[in-house]
Amino acid sequence: MLGLNKKDFNLLLIVMALALLAPFLLNPFPSDSGLAQFNAGYPDLMQKFVIFGIFAIGFNILFGLTGYLSFGHAAFLGVGSYSCVWMFKLLGYNVLPGIMLSVVTSGIFAYLIGIVSLRRSGIYFSILTLAFAQMSFALAYSVLSNPKFNLTNGETGLQVYADDPQIFHSASAPDLPHLFGLSMRATEKLQIGAWEFQFNAGYYLCAIIMIAMFYLSIRIFRSPFGMMLRAIKSNNTRMNYTGLNARPYTLAAFVISGMYAGLAGGLLSAMDPLAGAERMQWTASGEVVLMTILGGAGTLIGPVLGSGLIKYFENIFSKINSTVLHNWFSFLPEGLEDLMVTLIYPFVGKGWHLTLGVMFMLIVIFLPGGLVEGGQRVKRLFKRRKSSDTDDEATQSTPAE
Amino acid sequence: MGILEVKNVNKRFGGLQALGDVNLSVEENSVHAIIGPNGAGKSTLLNCLIGKLIPDTGSVMFDGQSVLGRKPYEICQMGISRVFQTPEIFGELSVLENMMIPIFAKRDGAFRMHAIESSSNEKTIIEQAEHVLDSLNMADKRHMNSASMSRGDKRRLEIGMCLSQNPRLLLLDEPTAGMARADTNNTIDLLKQISDERDITIAIIEHDMHVVFSLAERITVLAQGTPLVEDTPDNIKGHPKVREAYLGESA
Amino acid sequence: MDAIILQTLNGLDKGSAYALIALGLTLIFGTLGVVNFAHGALFMIGAFCAVFLQRLLSLSTVTIDETQKDFLGNPLKVETPYVHNWFGPETGAAIIDWSVPLAILFAIPVMIAVGFIMERGLIKHFYKRPHADQILVTFGLAIVLQEVIKYFYGANPIPTPAPDALAGAVDLGTLVGFDPNVIIYPYWRLIYFFFAALIIGAVFAFLQFTTFGMVVRAGMADRETVGLLGIDIDKRFTIMFGIAAAVAGLAGVMYTPINPPNYHMGMDFLVLSFVVVVVGGMGSLPGAVAAGFLLGVLESYASTTWATTTIPGINQIIIYLVAIIVLLTRPRGLMGKKGVMEE
Repeated sequence: MLGLNKKDFNLLLIVMALALLAPFLLNPFPSDSGLAQFNAGYPDLMQKFVIFGIFAIGFNILFGLTGYLSFGHAAFLGVGSYSCVWMFKLLGYNVLPGIMLSVVTSGIFAYLIGIVSLRRSGIYFSILTLAFAQMSFALAYSVLSNPKFNLTNGETGLQVYADDPQIFHSASAPDLPHLFGLSMRATEKLQIGAWEFQFNAGYYLCAIIMIAMFYLSIRIFRSPFGMMLRAIKSNNTRMNYTGLNARPYTLAAFVISGMYAGLAGGLLSAMDPLAGAERMQWTASGEVVLMTILGGAGTLIGPVLGSGLIKYFENIFSKINSTVLHNWFSFLPEGLEDLMVTLIYPFVGKGWHLTLGVMFMLIVIFLPGGLVEGGQRVKRLFKRRKSSDTDDEATQSTPAE
Repeated sequence: MGILEVKNVNKRFGGLQALGDVNLSVEENSVHAIIGPNGAGKSTLLNCLIGKLIPDTGSVMFDGQSVLGRKPYEICQMGISRVFQTPEIFGELSVLENMMIPIFAKRDGAFRMHAIESSSNEKTIIEQAEHVLDSLNMADKRHMNSASMSRGDKRRLEIGMCLSQNPRLLLLDEPTAGMARADTNNTIDLLKQISDERDITIAIIEHDMHVVFSLAERITVLAQGTPLVEDTPDNIKGHPKVREAYLGESA
Repeated sequence: MDAIILQTLNGLDKGSAYALIALGLTLIFGTLGVVNFAHGALFMIGAFCAVFLQRLLSLSTVTIDETQKDFLGNPLKVETPYVHNWFGPETGAAIIDWSVPLAILFAIPVMIAVGFIMERGLIKHFYKRPHADQILVTFGLAIVLQEVIKYFYGANPIPTPAPDALAGAVDLGTLVGFDPNVIIYPYWRLIYFFFAALIIGAVFAFLQFTTFGMVVRAGMADRETVGLLGIDIDKRFTIMFGIAAAVAGLAGVMYTPINPPNYHMGMDFLVLSFVVVVVGGMGSLPGAVAAGFLLGVLESYASTTWATTTIPGINQIIIYLVAIIVLLTRPRGLMGKKGVMEE
């Protein structure tokens, strides 16, 4: 169906269901219970899940298929964000032109960076993309923000001011990002017993776009183009001596994944019309790498899982402070309680990045294939227990899930 | 006038004369072997033929066109296919996918942005790939991960991938190196079958005399970067110069 | 003319830092074949060695002096550093004052130990893994290291001054015949430059004139052959990693009076040092050093008021622009060797 085989179609259905039912799935605890702090069904957070999902899905098209590790993808996210806010400033708060421009500008940007960076492969490529991203950050943070020529508004961040032209802005339209009058902040609340579920217009816009982008990525993975990209990763020598020119293929993959990142950046601005340079910093580039490898690079579902998990943990972990910790361990004797709090405290709250770094290392060291590989290992373990005589599974090529 | 004409090719690496005035002409639809002791410059010559090295002087013409300065993929598109000493295949891909890629490349050229391919087109490609696999007796392995095959099978697959593009010249670099006897014989049979059934020129660099004398129609002996003699296998066998070159090496 | 000399001098200290970090990166890359994204963190740890030593030396006993009152009328608390008690007030004060140079002695064993632990404990296990994995794991390590430092020392830069005796500036202009007060250069920056030159010279001499260095150079050129000779190359490479870590650490120690250290200084320098390595030519030690100084000086030229008013912010991006131009015209970098990091 839709040009997909049955397995891929089922995967698409699962992602669709997860995305559309997220307001229910992410709110399992009643709002007055102590566990409510683990709920994630808030519009802000849910928007981040799907937007970073798009970012990671796009990154995976480059890294997962070709093996080219870009350390500068946050630059495209930032370019997308700025483009979208500029459309708000010039045309008005309708999100559609903004999102479209985000994709176009980040595509052009990715093309220019790609031409230079893809002259080299391997480590060189990673370093070059990192350097380009840092240069973009410097450009956005200070160079392109001066009285003569202010494109990014520097440290303050780009935002809409009252004296901006907004030529298509009409009095009836909301004074916030909207889609043909439907405000992105519009939220329906549904009260069922002790549970409160929130349905946010902005979230559903992002979710639908994410599903479409996921579908597109399945098509790319399964297309001859995707096969060529995997061939580049597998053996570039043979690729050349088969009469294929690898560079336009990798460039195309780079541009496509840059456009995904730009789209994600545009959506970030569409949800909250403020674009800052910090979105382009190397930590942001590192985060999308982590999302992809945590879920499983080169797998279809991996980036979606990875981005969801990381954004969820980021939210939960940063909320925990020492009072919360003391509450948790209050059942322990006092000395032990303090010890536990002291041990865990560096990893939560402001120390979230430490957890991120440790997680990064643990995944690379012990589970380079990410959660999807972990799941397959567990599955294999169970299968082996059930029937010890089928061993052909291991030698069969396992297509990416 | 042969299909491959090498004229006055010289190549120096620092102080070392790797190739000195090499002239070579490979007849169309023949099997031509290039042999010689270690360090005779066989690999250097091969690398000059496929664009990896550019000779200091001289010309390399394929079917009237110069190959010098062209990129490997362009040379491949001219109709020269190369088989490597260690089989170069797409190890992470299945056997069938390995076979599909050269067929796509033959159809679409060096690059085509077919991100979304119609399934009927893809079916045609798959059928062609399966046809080639059938002819190699590898149909049952099509869903295998190609990296997990035996060396002989990898070689078979690599040759098949080259043939699927209908090249006019097939270059083989010690195709049986590191192979068991059975695999070697299988490869010889495969190459014999190919040269009998197709309009194809085969140039082969080889150490193993058994392989050379079972396949070649003409043999060039290379020593110290220069061709010593070129003749039919029967005349090469007892040639004093050849014996001298090889004995000189072993002594 | 004097402006050019001044800017050249100003660029030398940053250039020295780039050169030292890039030298270590190239050593590690050349010997172990690993690109170390945690190398900037080593520079940062070096700087915090100086901070740590300064704080350690300033540890004080608190005594209450009943004879004096503070402004609230309470008895004054007098903090006396332990070193004052042990060595007498004058020597004690001098020791604290000279804590940054002293930190060199402290940092060398610490950095070598950190290097050994990093190589034996982590990086060793990644030699046979894909390059992407090596990059990722060292990147993760860099995050962990800087977050640990942030946890202990906070996010703000920590002023770590040079000894008072070296805090002033020298009027270099008068020495070569310019008018007074035209070329004024802080002592410490001069010291930093000579220090860097000394370390670079020592590393090169070590590689050039010792048997150990010869083996390492041979290993950089062709690891397999050297391995075949029965030389235990791995052990030497571990030591090289320790040396590279020490070089980065010392660069960090000495840099603290120029720029107060903060937890993310490592990553800031790392990205630029990578660019330096790429411009110099991957795997070329002289290239790394030359490009380090070159880019440092160029950055300094771009920071002049004339340059920044002509093109605002040019000083922030000049290095990247130069790198792009170099790569487009000389893909291997200025002194890159053929066959290093190519397909």
